[in-house]
Amino acid sequence: MILSDYLPGTGLLWRLPPGIKLLALAALGTLLLAVPLLDLAAITFVAVIALYLGSGLGWRVIWGILRPMLLILAIVAGAQWWLFDALSALMVALRLAALLLFASLVTLTTRASDMIAALERALFWLRPLRVNPAKVSLALSLALRFIPVLGSITAEVREAQRARGLERSVIATAVPVIVRLLKMADDIADAIEARGYDPGNETSRSTGETRP
Amino acid sequence: MIELRDVTHRYGERVVLRDLSLRLEERRVAVIGGNGSGKSSFARLLNGLQLPSAGQVLIDGLDTRSDGKAVRRRVGFVFQNPDNQIVFPVVEEDLAFGLKNLRLPRDEIRARVDAALARYDLTELREHPAHLLSGGQKQLLAIAGVMAMEPAHIVFDEPTTLLDLRNKRRVARAIAELPQNVVMISHDLELLRDFDRVIVLDEGRIVADDRPGPAIDFYERRMA
Ligand SMILES: Nc1ncnc2c1ncn2[C@@H]1O[C@H](COP(=O)(O)OP(=O)(O)OP(=O)(O)O)[C@@H](O)[C@H]1O
Ligand SMILES: [Mg+2]
Repeated sequence: MILSDYLPGTGLLWRLPPGIKLLALAALGTLLLAVPLLDLAAITFVAVIALYLGSGLGWRVIWGILRPMLLILAIVAGAQWWLFDALSALMVALRLAALLLFASLVTLTTRASDMIAALERALFWLRPLRVNPAKVSLALSLALRFIPVLGSITAEVREAQRARGLERSVIATAVPVIVRLLKMADDIADAIEARGYDPGNETSRSTGETRP
Repeated sequence: MIELRDVTHRYGERVVLRDLSLRLEERRVAVIGGNGSGKSSFARLLNGLQLPSAGQVLIDGLDTRSDGKAVRRRVGFVFQNPDNQIVFPVVEEDLAFGLKNLRLPRDEIRARVDAALARYDLTELREHPAHLLSGGQKQLLAIAGVMAMEPAHIVFDEPTTLLDLRNKRRVARAIAELPQNVVMISHDLELLRDFDRVIVLDEGRIVADDRPGPAIDFYERRMA
């Protein structure tokens, strides 16, 4: 889950409003796809690397992001080479790597909650469609919070089953996991209610109406 | 003040609380009893998470049935399982959640979050992912999140089951210093020695209601 990979920091990139970073990401993506030039891809790639190093995020971080993507990069570049030529393969690979690194830079320097708040503000135009941005943003937060829990519940159930002699079985694992998830969903709903959550109020705040 | 009038609670056919009438005016009230005796059900009635099958629950004169929202604002609740009450992915965000719901000004939220982090020794974990906390740290976070809201009454459902001795004492001290009214469910009898009143439940009935000394003695004899 890329969104949760925030690295605490105090540099300029951390202080930029998340909305601006998201806009820059969208603009860069559009530009790179609209203008397929090797020079542009190369310059962007170098510039993004420079942003990392300038922000104190070293080669180790960059490598950590690129390494899991190497296979995909190789496949995409290989296909391009086979279809066209080596230069366009290089262009495509640099472009993809630059975008990937820039997107990661945004998530590395933006707290999930700030990103969500920015999205919430950006979603205000959905209100006439009866979509409440506050609810959307709470849902996103909950997803970020509980996706890792899903993993640990599955691991716990497996462990308990193995301890009692049951080896791998998808159904035998899925059933107790789902039961626990349903119970958990119930409890979470209670906890949110008990802490005074009221989406009606959130809405008026997120659209910038003044509070009394 | 918390008042129950002829409260009975059932899940389907099963009666879990029978005909309770009570006025809780003391600052620290504890509820003890065996597993399944109805303690958690009792607690959930107090902030309107659950409405009684019959009878009335009044918090400072507000009926949980008709004034649910106002009641929840007055009654904070710390649940038995800390995992399911931490709703934000990062420690300080979770602390801020309840405060935002109270619509406090931003500075006030920041100040209260800082104070809560310091008080429960969570400052170093402020940007820590919630799912990586230990069980006890989660419990502290859940407690801190509710205390920071400063509700008039706080209900604790076994808040110290996962805590080590130091954190247990830390929570006990925090509770002792709270200006608010506390209703605490606990199996940890040590924690209740300096409470004002202890109620013993058994199969949904009150079987003792006294000062901690005699009530705990009664309970220990009964469980022996
Ligand atoms: N949602 C529910 N639906 C049906 N029955 C329930 C529900 N919640 C609790 N019960 C039943 O109500 C009875 C009282 O449960 P409660 O959780 O109040 O006990 P408790 O005193 O808190 O126990 P413990 O010390 O184990 O936490 C139990 O017999 C339980 O099985
Ligand atoms: Mg219970």
